[in-house]
Amino acid sequence: MSFNVLNNKNYGEAVQENNSAADINERLKNLISSADLVVFMKGTSEAPQCGFSANTCAILNSYQKSFKTFNILADETVRQGLKTYSNWPTYPQIYYKGQLLGGNDVIMEMHENGELKELLNH
Amino acid sequence: MRENLDLVKNLILEKMDDAHVEVTDLTGTFDHLGVLVVSDTFKGKMIFEQHQMIMTILTNALKDKIHAVKIKTMTKDKFQQSLS
Repeated sequence: MSFNVLNNKNYGEAVQENNSAADINERLKNLISSADLVVFMKGTSEAPQCGFSANTCAILNSYQKSFKTFNILADETVRQGLKTYSNWPTYPQIYYKGQLLGGNDVIMEMHENGELKELLNH
Repeated sequence: MRENLDLVKNLILEKMDDAHVEVTDLTGTFDHLGVLVVSDTFKGKMIFEQHQMIMTILTNALKDKIHAVKIKTMTKDKFQQSLS
């Protein structure tokens, strides 16, 4: 996996959820749209618990735009619920403006072919 | 389990009969797999849509037998270019 990390500053920050008792679909909708860029991942951007999640954060950090993260290892309801909601069976899952962009491989490819740069600079 | 390689390949071929599929073991444990799919059904689709087609096919396998897949999708033209 090769990508240019322009700096090693971290731009990811954990989502603060204020209605975690709500219905799961309501929660997922709120979490997905809690920022322009939201990553559902294993661990946090500072301490990723999986190589794919770490790679996704490294790519996003290279664009120097802030993003939110949600640690699915800490919440089994969200972990299982989001797979069904989005019809995407693995993590990380990256959302932009409420839409699923895909997982780490999609982000990698969009990073390499310039689509991600175009998207984030709009 | 080594048979996971064939399982994944066959699941994809069942749904995409023009596909060329290569499945590789990434970690030595046969549960983190690299999946290359070459098919013209990807033509005109975004990368996300191409990956979602494969993810949908593999959803059940990813519930137990396989932990992670690294997907690469290409049209036949792209694949030929990548070989040359």
